[in-house]
Amino acid sequence: MSQVSTATVEDLTGVDAPDRFWNRERRLGAGVTIIGLVAAFIFGPLAESKTARFTLSTDATGAALSINGQLGTILFGLIAVVLGVVMLTGRAKRWQTLLLCLGIAAFVLSFLCWQVAGKFMPLVDTLSGSVEYALPLVLGALAGVLGERSGVVNVAIEGQFLMGAFGAALVGTLATSVWAGLISAMIGGLIIAAMLAVLAIKFLVDQVVVGTVLNLFALGITGFLYERLMQPNALKYNQPPQLPRWEIPGLADIPVLGPVLFHTNVLVWIALILVFVIHFALKGTRWGLRTRAVGEHPTAADTVGVRVRGLRYLNVMVGGLIAGAGGAYFTLVSTGAFNKNMTAGAGFIALAALIFGRWTPFGALGAALFFGFAQKLAYFLSVAGSPVPNQFLNMLPYIATIVAVAGLVGRVRAPAADGVPYVKS
Amino acid sequence: MTTEVEAPPPAKESSPKEDGFLTLFLKNLWSANTVTVTVLSIFLALVVGAVLMVVSDSEVLAKFAYFTSRPSDALQASWDLISGAYADLFKGAFFDPASFSAWFDGTGTWQAAFGPVSETLTYATPLVFTGLAVAIAFRGGLFNIGGQGQAVMGCVFGGVAGFAFHLPPGLHLIVALLFGLIGGALWGFIPGFLKARTGAHEVITSIMLNYTATLFLGWLILQSGVQDPERSDAISKTIATTAELPALPAPLRVHLGIVLAVVATAAVAWLINRSSFGFELRAVGVNPPAAKTAGMSVARTYTLLMVVAGGLAGLGGATQVLGTADKLTAQVAGNIGFDGLLVALLGRNKPWGTLFAAILYGALRAGGNLMQVDIGISLELVTVLQALIVIFIAAPAMVKAIFQLRAARSARLGASMSKGW
Repeated sequence: MSQVSTATVEDLTGVDAPDRFWNRERRLGAGVTIIGLVAAFIFGPLAESKTARFTLSTDATGAALSINGQLGTILFGLIAVVLGVVMLTGRAKRWQTLLLCLGIAAFVLSFLCWQVAGKFMPLVDTLSGSVEYALPLVLGALAGVLGERSGVVNVAIEGQFLMGAFGAALVGTLATSVWAGLISAMIGGLIIAAMLAVLAIKFLVDQVVVGTVLNLFALGITGFLYERLMQPNALKYNQPPQLPRWEIPGLADIPVLGPVLFHTNVLVWIALILVFVIHFALKGTRWGLRTRAVGEHPTAADTVGVRVRGLRYLNVMVGGLIAGAGGAYFTLVSTGAFNKNMTAGAGFIALAALIFGRWTPFGALGAALFFGFAQKLAYFLSVAGSPVPNQFLNMLPYIATIVAVAGLVGRVRAPAADGVPYVKS
Repeated sequence: MTTEVEAPPPAKESSPKEDGFLTLFLKNLWSANTVTVTVLSIFLALVVGAVLMVVSDSEVLAKFAYFTSRPSDALQASWDLISGAYADLFKGAFFDPASFSAWFDGTGTWQAAFGPVSETLTYATPLVFTGLAVAIAFRGGLFNIGGQGQAVMGCVFGGVAGFAFHLPPGLHLIVALLFGLIGGALWGFIPGFLKARTGAHEVITSIMLNYTATLFLGWLILQSGVQDPERSDAISKTIATTAELPALPAPLRVHLGIVLAVVATAAVAWLINRSSFGFELRAVGVNPPAAKTAGMSVARTYTLLMVVAGGLAGLGGATQVLGTADKLTAQVAGNIGFDGLLVALLGRNKPWGTLFAAILYGALRAGGNLMQVDIGISLELVTVLQALIVIFIAAPAMVKAIFQLRAARSARLGASMSKGW
C-alpha cells in the first residue's frame, strides 16, 4: 500500500469533486487577489514616496531600474489583484500555473518597492546570494530525488549535510587541501547514507523515523568531536581552506547573469551540471528507467529481473555523496569553519524543495532557488534596516516553505513505492 | 458500536511442562524479546560511545602508537578513561556510594545523597510530556516531529502567564500550566489542520514551525514588558512565586512536575486505550481509508490528535519554565522536543513505556552533566548514546543478528510503522 505525500485527506476519501465551484484554481485565485489587495492598500500607504533603485551591480553604482517606491508598491499590488481576478473567473485554466507565478512575483515586487523606497537594492548581489543560499538545497534535494525516485525516503539530508560539513572542515584542515576536504565531505555524507540504506532496506526500519534519528546521531557525533577536537585546537583541526572562485572569461561579462553564474565557486557548476545529468539520466537511460520502475512498482520490476534492493542501495549511496558535497558548502564556501549544528535546518528545507519540486531535478532546482531567494531577501532586508524585526525576517524561508508545501504544491504524487520497504516474497 | 477494543487474548503458553522455571527463564533471556533487545541496545550504544571516547582522546591515542611493544599501556589508559566516564554517568544519574556513606556517617546530608535521583527526575519531567506528544501522534499515524516548537510555545505562553498575571497561589499555577497547554496546542493545531485540509506532510510543516517558534521566542524576550528591566541581554522577568511548581528544599530541584507527568501518562494511556477518541485515532493510524469507511472523519481525527499532542508538549515546556528555569531565555526549552522523539521511540509509543524511557534519558542527561564537569567528556556524547540506543531499538533484526538471539515466540518487534510519505 502506498501513502501519498501531498495528496489531501479528501483524496483518500473522495470528498473533493473536481467540478465544485471553489475548485483549486478559484481558491488560488482568491488567495492571489487577497495578497494583491494587501499589497496595494496596506503596503501602499505605508511606503515612502521616494525612488526605489534596483542597481545592476553589486553596489549602489552603475545602471539601475528605478521607480517611485509608493507608486511601484501600489502598481504591482494592483497587477496581482488583476491576475487573481483572472484566475477567479475560471476562464484561464491552461495558464493557471503561469498566472500563479506571476501573481506571486507581482506581490514580491510590490513588497520590495515598499522596502527599498528611498534606498537601493543591488540585483547582482541579490541574485548571487540567492544562488549561494540555494546551492546546498539543490544538492540536498538532488540526493532526495535519487533516493525517493527509487523508493527510499531520505529525511537524513540534514545529517548528511552536517557530516559533510564536519568532514570537509576536519580533513580539509589536516590535509590543507580544499579538494581533500570536498572528497571527505562526500564520504561523510556517504556514511550517513550507508547507515540509512542498511537500516531502511535490509532491516526494514521505518524510513522517516530512521532518517530523523540519524539526523540526531549526526548532530551528536559532530558536536562531540567538535568539542573534543576542534574547540580546544581550532588552528590544527578547524581552519579549512576555501573553495576558489573561478571566472570563465567572456561569459562572465554578460550583465547580471554573468557574474552570478560564471564567476563563482566550482560547487555551483557541479550542482547545475548534476541537475541536467540526473534529469536526462532519469528520462533516458537504462538506469533511469529501472530507478523509476523500482520506485513505482518494485514487484513488477523484480519480476522482469531488476535487482530492487541493489538499485536502492546504489541510489541512496550516490545521493549520500551528493548531499555530502552540499554539506561542504557550509565550511568550504559559506563560513570557513565548522560549528555545532551549523546547518540549522537546511536539510529539511532541501527536503521541502524536493516535494515542492515534485520529485524532479528541475523542479527541485526551481524550489531551491525560491527558498534561497527568501533567505537572501531576509538577510538583505535586515542589513538594509527594515522596520520588520530581524527574527520575523528570518522566519521568511520557513514560512515560505509551509506556504509552498501546504498551498502551492497542489496535487502532486510521490513515487508510488516511496518509503515502502521491498520484501521479496 | 462498541467504542472499546478488547485486548487480544494473551498468546497461549504452550511451553512443554517438563521445562523447569530456570530453563525457561534462561531460554527467554536470550530470545529476541522486548526487554532483551532494549538492554542489548543500551549495551551496544555504550560500546560505541566508549570507542568514540578513545579515538577522540589524543593522550590515549598516543599510547596506542606503541601498542605492539607494550599493549598494557594503551589498554590501561583506555580502560581508565572509559570506566571513569561511565562511573560518573552512573554516579550522576542514580547514586554515589560515597555520598551515601557520608550521610550515614553524619558527615554529609541526605540532600547530597539523593541529589542524583533528583536531577534525573528533573530532567525526565519535560521529556515525559514531549515523549507522550510524539507517542500519541504515532498511534494515530502522524509523525509529530514538531514537539520542539510546541514545547517552546508552551514555555512562552506558560512563562508569560507566570510573570504577567497576579493571581493567588495555586490558581496562578493552574492558569500558567493551562496557558502552556494552549500555546502548545495552537502550535500543534497548525500542522494537524494543514495535514487534514491540504495534505501537507506534517514532518515538513512542523519542522518549519519549530524554527519559527524559536525565532519568535528570541524576539519576544527582547520586548519591553517581557525582558527583565534590569538586564540588557535576552532574558525575561522571573516567574512569580505563586506560579512556581512546588519543589523539594533547595539543592534538590525535583518538583511537582514529575507527579503531573505520571498523571499525564495515566491520562494518555486511558485516552488511547479506553476512550472513543483513542479508538478512532488507532483506527485512523492503522488504516485511514478503512476508518473513513467505518464513518470516522479522518481529517477531524488528524486535527484533534495534533491539538492533543501539541497540548502535551506545551505542558512539557510549561513545566520546564515553571519548575526548573524560572525565566524565559533563548535556550529555555533546550532540546526537550527532539529528545521527546527519541523517548517515544524507545518507549515503543506506549504511554508507560514512554515514562520509563524518559526517566532513562533523564538519567543519561543528569549523569552526562557530572561526566562533563568531572572529566571533561562533552555532554554531546549523551546525544550520541541516546540516538544510538534508538537506532538499535528500531532495528531489532540487527541486534538479533549481532548477538545471535533466538527468535522470540510472541514478541512483536516490528518497526513502529512502515509506510512512506
